[in-house]
Amino acid sequence: MSQSAAISTTPSVFAGYTSPRGVFDELFARPEEPRPHVARFVEQFTQIGHEELVRRWQQAEKLLLENGFTHNAHDDPSGRVRPWRLDGIPLLLPSAEWDALADGLRQRAALLDLVLKDVHGPQNLLKRGLLPPELLFSHAGFLRPLHGQMPVSGRFLHLYAADLARSPDGRWWVASDRTEDPSGAGYALENRIVLSRVLPEVFHESEVRRLASYFMALQQHLKQLAPQRDNPFVVLLSPGPGTANFFEDVYLARYLGFTLVQGADLGVRDDKVVLKTLGGLTPVDVIVRRVESPFCDPLELVGGSLAGVTGLLQAVRKGTVVVANALGSGFAQAPAVMAFLEPLCRALFGEELKIPSVATWWCGGERERKYVLSHLDTLVIRDAFQKRKHDPVRPWLLSSKERDELVASIKRRPYHFVGQETVQRSCAPVSVGGRCEPWSVALRTFLVTSGDSYDVMPGGLARVARSPETLDVTVSAGEGSKDAWVLSDEPVRPVSLLRQKSERIELRRSGSELPSRVADNLYWLGRHVARADGAARLLRTLIGRLATESESAEVPERQLLLRCAAAVGQIDYRTITNDTPIESTLPAMVLDELRPSSLRSQLATMYRTAWTVRDRLSFDAWRIVSRIAGDFPEADGGPLGFNELLPPLNRTVVDLAAFSGLVADSMTRSQGWRFLDIGRRLEHALHVTRLLSAAAPDLGRDEASVLESLLDAGDSLMTYRSRYMANLQAAAVLDLLLTDDTNPRSVAFQLETLVRHLDNLPHDDRQAGLRTEQRQAMGLLYAVRNLDVLSLDPNPGRDGELNGLLQQLAYGLPELSEAITHRYLHHSGVSRQFADLRPGV
Amino acid sequence: MHYRITHRTNYRHSETVPLCQNALWLTPRNDGRQQRHSCRIEITPTPTNRSTRTDYFGNEVTYFMLDAGYRTLDVVAVSDVQVKPRSPAGVLPDTPAWETLAKSLCDDLSNPGIDACQFRFDSPSAVASDELADYARGSFTSVRPVAEAARELTTRLHTDFAYDPCATTVQTSVAEAFGLKRGVCQDFAHVQIACLRSLGLAARYVSGYLRTIPPPGQPRLVGADASHAWVSVFCGPAGWLAFDPTNDLVPSTDHVTIAWGRDYGDVTPVRGLFVGGGHHEMSVSVDVAPIDESGSEIELT
Repeated sequence: MSQSAAISTTPSVFAGYTSPRGVFDELFARPEEPRPHVARFVEQFTQIGHEELVRRWQQAEKLLLENGFTHNAHDDPSGRVRPWRLDGIPLLLPSAEWDALADGLRQRAALLDLVLKDVHGPQNLLKRGLLPPELLFSHAGFLRPLHGQMPVSGRFLHLYAADLARSPDGRWWVASDRTEDPSGAGYALENRIVLSRVLPEVFHESEVRRLASYFMALQQHLKQLAPQRDNPFVVLLSPGPGTANFFEDVYLARYLGFTLVQGADLGVRDDKVVLKTLGGLTPVDVIVRRVESPFCDPLELVGGSLAGVTGLLQAVRKGTVVVANALGSGFAQAPAVMAFLEPLCRALFGEELKIPSVATWWCGGERERKYVLSHLDTLVIRDAFQKRKHDPVRPWLLSSKERDELVASIKRRPYHFVGQETVQRSCAPVSVGGRCEPWSVALRTFLVTSGDSYDVMPGGLARVARSPETLDVTVSAGEGSKDAWVLSDEPVRPVSLLRQKSERIELRRSGSELPSRVADNLYWLGRHVARADGAARLLRTLIGRLATESESAEVPERQLLLRCAAAVGQIDYRTITNDTPIESTLPAMVLDELRPSSLRSQLATMYRTAWTVRDRLSFDAWRIVSRIAGDFPEADGGPLGFNELLPPLNRTVVDLAAFSGLVADSMTRSQGWRFLDIGRRLEHALHVTRLLSAAAPDLGRDEASVLESLLDAGDSLMTYRSRYMANLQAAAVLDLLLTDDTNPRSVAFQLETLVRHLDNLPHDDRQAGLRTEQRQAMGLLYAVRNLDVLSLDPNPGRDGELNGLLQQLAYGLPELSEAITHRYLHHSGVSRQFADLRPGV
Repeated sequence: MHYRITHRTNYRHSETVPLCQNALWLTPRNDGRQQRHSCRIEITPTPTNRSTRTDYFGNEVTYFMLDAGYRTLDVVAVSDVQVKPRSPAGVLPDTPAWETLAKSLCDDLSNPGIDACQFRFDSPSAVASDELADYARGSFTSVRPVAEAARELTTRLHTDFAYDPCATTVQTSVAEAFGLKRGVCQDFAHVQIACLRSLGLAARYVSGYLRTIPPPGQPRLVGADASHAWVSVFCGPAGWLAFDPTNDLVPSTDHVTIAWGRDYGDVTPVRGLFVGGGHHEMSVSVDVAPIDESGSEIELT
């Protein structure tokens, strides 16, 4: 045993690893004896050495975290996300075994597709006695408005996933089917990307089949689904942020080059689906559906659903759009259906099911019900249609009262229950604190239609958990994941989605169409970034100025800075008294998450807004945003001293500047960028206006430190000094902050940029003259330009012209914001339902 | 009887509605004792897009979309329908014992058999319960013929429940309405359907019109009629039999069927979604006018 010899020379992560008796181990045939196809891997993996592995693994976890790889658990109402956990040891599967498995999965996908077509069409399976009518009609996933649709492509199931488990004899079983909106392929891809980076030498030596072939097939298949178009428009319809798989939706849309949309972005006009964009309505050809069928059309399915598209069903019936998977596909993933697949396969294909399902009895049949009720000590009980959350139930763990209740509910509504044999699972070594433990394994595999059959992703998403029960629930359960390596018998050619040399690319100057909702979110992201920036700078100036002086001496700019901080909502002026000076109250106010205007809240809002447009931001930009929000102290992190606020404020200012720099340098000048910048400009102009209004009464004193702190807060101190040295005068300060159109931080500069942006937004060419928002922006710009700072009253606080201008800005800027949102962002209006009128008699 | 039925639904908005999408279940069915000579649905303003289809239950649905902006929407359905009396009038057909029927309900794999089976299961607005089963068993005694028992249940519901438009809303569940023992025809129908399903029988919701007969010597009031709802029970070889729990009667020529489904949600007469529009008010009027062969209204005196 040369392998064993190799292991014993280095301290191996596998040393002392043993798997429980009677469980199939994926990697080891016996302790210290890898399975033949794993032997080479174990040798190489061991050679890397424990310390090096730990080092690489820390890198990998950082990579996952930085990429924002997270999973939003269903159960967490706060929508909090938890990090994705990937184990460093892959699951290895030999070539021949995989090919047989893939063959069986293709058969199963084709069978489920036939079932879906039949129940939504002629229903011959009922008439032939192959599927009980009771099953169809008690199935909440059989949606009658979806009956009679004939998918353009002739197929319901385009994407399919199966959850597999391996019994002690080494046989694979299907534990559950995923036909509605199979998720997890994106996680499998990310696992592969990370693991191949962490173990490059092992990965290359092992001849691992590439996942990219699957994604290429997926991309090609979805594009060719479009009814009659050469260059089809494919969108990925996501239920949006806060839902379990939003991260994956974003990830896949980006990887596959499809536009990520939510229900409100789409509409139906003349029985055709359109995307509401800034430039108007763009026809949609293919919808990759990640919203569950019942919520897809509030007109004919569940009313009041905001995730769907009003009128979608009519568009589907007219064949103007292809939805993948077809609406209603969720029917086939019910555990109740699984109970009938074997006879269905025999009747429809004349062959046996190549991969068996975990034995399932549907209680809707009298014999089956009796069997289940008399085997409650060994069978798990599941919702037949997978609607309930606490699934499955293990009757032997229940109290006798609970068990009686379970029996009563099975007898009352037998149709709603299945009994199922306990899933037996294999195990694999998972590294835990430097050594390996045998954890249970679930393998999710992915298929996509290809021609008249299916392509199987060579690999999949392996989930691991200490106890096998954890894996029975959903893909979000389980304590970790593994990359699954399917080994090839021949050298593997690298493939990538990005390189397809045969096709000549058409040069374009703009990306995909910008949905109005995305423009709206980008606009608000810009505003939140600028708002946080202004607040952070002001607070920094405030602390810097007050902290450097001895406590007894009254700092001349103290009142000014407090007024400014109050004007931008950072402090509550009324709470500051002699007994509670700002020095002791400021940190708590800045960190107060319950006050919407506090910097802590603003950063959280900025993060949430950025989250909604993640797919529009570069990875780097996203990384910065999440770092800003993540690094800033929180109120429950313990009390913070006045001076201790300074370092986090400095970091925030620098990071926000880095974000703006990235946006300026690397975001293409698309309409999306324009809206982000409009938001930033408008907010900054508003910020300076507020500072000046608050400062106006003090300006006349020409007090150097007052003017200096104002310049500092307005991020213009350096510019001022380079021009006027230490000669501080109110007129020059006002010019720099207000009217100087060469200073990128002045109000004039913001307004000029706004006017330019507004000129470049899409508009109706037939309409003569300026639009409302253009007129408003220009009006404000001219008013600012018209101000002659040299002729102002020596005490600007009393100057009517200055105060008038500041007031005009304070009212005009929010009005301008209204006008812009009204024209460009509101037309993604929300549908309401007519009040129902009941029959009268 | 021969009727001309005018069903008018009107929506008035305080602001412009830029977009509105609708589905209408307003075309009377054409089968059994009922013959539809014509049905015309007029929509003002003229829709941008309009089409019809037959739904899973065999009802005709009309879809339309308006995207030119409007403040007032008028939907008028005018139907010419002839209804034959039940025969033999006033006598219930022989039907099997209800337990026998319930036990074998889904065994018949012919088209009508499979169709009947679906109405045996819960639907969103008519959910079976033990409580309802207990109530229903007051009429469904051992081996009693299903039609006879259903007829008695209809009477009991009429007696035990008060007609009260203020007690319930369109969202009121069957369990709530049963607890209140009051409601409108929709609640009566949903309760009876859920009762029957609780026993394992198949029952469906019928949306339609009821002709009102003026008191002797008074003229018929135009527009005083209303849309109505009742139930239909699957009775085995005898087919489907209708019962009206609100009025305690077996429908004959005064009831005109528009559509049927598992409950109200399947056959809502006007279902629509709109964008904008501010506040809205709606009004509905129904006129069921008996006509003669030439199409002129018959004045009953």
